[in-house]
Amino acid sequence: MTDASLSRPASAQPYDRQRLRKRRAAADFRLRAYGIAAISAAIGMLGILLVTIFVGGYQAFVQTHIRVDFDIAADAVDPANPAAANWRAIVADGLDSLLPGVESPAQVRALGQLLTNNTQFFVRNAVVANPALIGGTLTLEVPAADIIDQLNKGVIRRDTASENRRVSDQQIAWFDQLVADGRVSTPFNWGLFTNPDSRFPEIAGLLNGMVGSLYVVAVCFLVSFPVGIGAAIYLEEFAPRNRWTDLIEVNINNLAAVPSIVFGLLGLAVFIQIFGIPRSAPLAGGLVIALMTLPTLIIVTRNALKAVPPSIREAAYGMGASPQQVIFHHVLPLAFPGILTGTIIGMAAALGETAPLLLIGMNAFITSPPGGVLDAATTLPTQIYIWADSPERGFVARTNAGIIVLLGFLLIMNALAIFLRQRLERRW
Amino acid sequence: MNDMTEIAEAGRAGPTASRGASAVAMEGRDVKVFYGEKQALFGVSLAIERNSVTSLIGPSGCGKSTFLRCLNRMNDTIPICRVEGTITLDGEDIYDRSLDVVELRARVGMVFQKPNPFPKSIFDNVAYGPKIHGMVRTKAETEEIVVSSLRRAGLFNEVKDRLNEPGTGLSGGQQQRLCIARAIATRPEVLLMDEPCSALDPIATAIIEELIDELRETYTIVIVTHSMQQAARVSQKTAFFHLGKLIEEGRTEDIFTNPVHKQTQDYITGRIG
Ligand SMILES: Nc1ncnc2c1ncn2[C@@H]1O[C@H](COP(=O)(O)OP(=O)(O)O)[C@@H](O)[C@H]1O
Ligand SMILES: [Mg+2]
Repeated sequence: MTDASLSRPASAQPYDRQRLRKRRAAADFRLRAYGIAAISAAIGMLGILLVTIFVGGYQAFVQTHIRVDFDIAADAVDPANPAAANWRAIVADGLDSLLPGVESPAQVRALGQLLTNNTQFFVRNAVVANPALIGGTLTLEVPAADIIDQLNKGVIRRDTASENRRVSDQQIAWFDQLVADGRVSTPFNWGLFTNPDSRFPEIAGLLNGMVGSLYVVAVCFLVSFPVGIGAAIYLEEFAPRNRWTDLIEVNINNLAAVPSIVFGLLGLAVFIQIFGIPRSAPLAGGLVIALMTLPTLIIVTRNALKAVPPSIREAAYGMGASPQQVIFHHVLPLAFPGILTGTIIGMAAALGETAPLLLIGMNAFITSPPGGVLDAATTLPTQIYIWADSPERGFVARTNAGIIVLLGFLLIMNALAIFLRQRLERRW
Repeated sequence: MNDMTEIAEAGRAGPTASRGASAVAMEGRDVKVFYGEKQALFGVSLAIERNSVTSLIGPSGCGKSTFLRCLNRMNDTIPICRVEGTITLDGEDIYDRSLDVVELRARVGMVFQKPNPFPKSIFDNVAYGPKIHGMVRTKAETEEIVVSSLRRAGLFNEVKDRLNEPGTGLSGGQQQRLCIARAIATRPEVLLMDEPCSALDPIATAIIEELIDELRETYTIVIVTHSMQQAARVSQKTAFFHLGKLIEEGRTEDIFTNPVHKQTQDYITGRIG
C-alpha cells in the first residue's frame, strides 16, 4: 500500500502540487477578504452612527441670539429691591423699541415669543448683579426662542404652509426685520455647557448632567478602587487555592456579566429603601455603579498583578522582603500602569451607564446642579435620556449634542488611559 | 557517613572563619521535600562548610534547586511544598517556629538562575536589602554599603557613573553581578546560587566564577551548576544528586577523579544527564 503511493507516476505530482498551491492561495485570499470585509462593515457602521449623531447635533452647538436694548428706567426699578420690579413690562418695552407699532394683545404675545421665555430673568439677574445699570440702558444678547432658533437654522422651513408651521408669517417678517437691522447673531452655544436643564430648549444645558456625572463617577471611584484593588491583591497574592476561592472567582466573573438593570433594582432595594439614601442622589447612583464596576476592576487588577514577572517576586522574597513589602515595593508599582488603565476604562464605562440610574430616579427634571452627593441630580446619559423624551423641536439637536459631549468625555478618558499606559510603561 | 574534620581541612582555603566556632555553617539532616503528593527529595543529609564553595551537581530534575531553596526557606513561597527533616544555620533550626524567615533570608542570600534585578536604579537595587532590614539609617551609610557591595561584586567601576540608571539596562553578566551585589549588601553568612551562569556567555561566566572564588573568603557559598567544569573550577566540595537522593559528596577533587559510586562516575563521564 505504502509502496504504491510512493511510486505514483511522476507526471501526476507537478499537477497535484500546482492545484494544492492554488487552493491554498485561494483560501488565504478568502480569509483575508473576509477580514477586510468584516472590518469595513464595522467601521462603516461606526461611521454611519457618528455621522448621524453629528449631523443631528452640530446645530445645537450654536444658538441664535437677538440683541435687545432694555431701558432700565430709574422710576421703574427700585434700587433697594431691584428684583421686585416689573421685568415683564421692561422686556415688552425693549421689544417694542426694536419693532415699534405692535398694538393688539395677540400681536404683542406673538412678538414676545421671539425671545426665550426666560428673558425677564436674564434682564433681572443682570441688573441685580450690577445696580449701576439703573437709570441707563442695558444691551443684552438674548437667546432667541426655540421656534425662532429653528427657523434661523432652517429646521422650520419657510415654504411649509403657514397653518402647519409653528412660526407665523408675521413672526417671520419680524425676524427678517431684525436680521436686516443686524440684531441677530449665531455665536457658539456656551449655554450648552454652562446652563442647567430647562423646559425651554434654547436655554437648556448639560451643567446638571456634567456635575451629576462627576459626583457619580467620583463616588464610584472612591468605593470601587480601594475595594477592587484590595480584593484583587488578596485573591492574587494571599488566597489559598481551594473550593472557596474558586467559588469566589466564578462569582466575580459572573457578576461582571450581570445586566446593569439588575444592579439598578438592587440599588433601589438596598441603598434607597434600606439605607435610606435619597432618591436621585449621586451617592446612590455612584454606589450602584461601583458595584457594577467592581468585578471588572478586580479582574483587570488581577490580570495586571499576574503579568508581573514571578522572577521579581522571587528576587524580593529572596532578599527577605515580607509579603506586604513584596507587594507594595515591587508588584504594585509594576502592575500600576495596567491597574490605572483598567480603572480609567472602568470609570469611562461608569460614566456611560444609564439603565440602573433610571431605576433609582436620576432622570428627574432638576433645574439646578446638585450641590453635593445627596442632592437630586441627573447624569450626562440620563440627561440625554430626558431630552430624547422631550417633544420640543430644539431638544432633538440637543439630544445629539449631549451624545457628542458624552462621547467626547469617553474619548478623552480612553486617550488618557492609553497615554498614561505608554508613559508609565516606558519608564524602565 | 562523612568524616567532617577531614572534609573541613580539605576544603579550607580562605582565612579562618570569623563567625561561629564550628566549621559547618549549614547542615541538612534527613531532608525530605514533597510537592503535593510528589516527593522531590528523599532524606538528604549534607553539611555545608564555612568559607568554602559547595557545588550541587546532578541531572536536571534531581532536586538540586529544591535542596538549595530549602536552605533559605524559599520553598515556603510554594504553597504545595512541604519540607521534613532538620536544617540548621550555625546550629539553629531554621524551620523552628521562633525563627523569623525574613531574618533568615537576610543571613542566607540568594542569586537566581536568570538575572532578576528589580526594575529600579542600580543604586536602589543594592540599597533595597539594607533598607528593609533596617541596616542603614542615613544616606551616607546607604551609599557606603552600596558602593562597597558593588566593589565586592566587581561591578563598581563599570557602573559608577550611572548608579541612577535602571539595573535592567545592564548586560546579562553585569545584571548577574548586580544581583550578587544586591545579595551581599545585607552581609549574609551564606550565599546560595542556583545556576548563576546558565544564562550568560563564556566571558561573563568566567568573570562570575572568579568573583565566586574571591567571595569565598567572606561568605559560605552553595552553588547549583549543570556544568561539571564549573563545579571543578570553583568549588572545594561537591555533592552529587540523582533522582532526589544525595548519591555522593566529598572533596571536589575526589568526586571528579575518584568517585565511589558508579552513578557518579556515569554522570561525570557524561553517560547520564
Ligand atoms: N514548584 C514545583 N511544583 C511541583 N514540582 C516541582 C516544583 N519545583 C520542582 N518540582 C519537581 O521537583 C523535582 C526536582 O526539581 P528541581 O529541584 O528543580 O530540580 P533541579 O534543580 O535539580 O533540576 C522535579 O521533579 C520537579 O518536577
Ligand atoms: Mg534547578
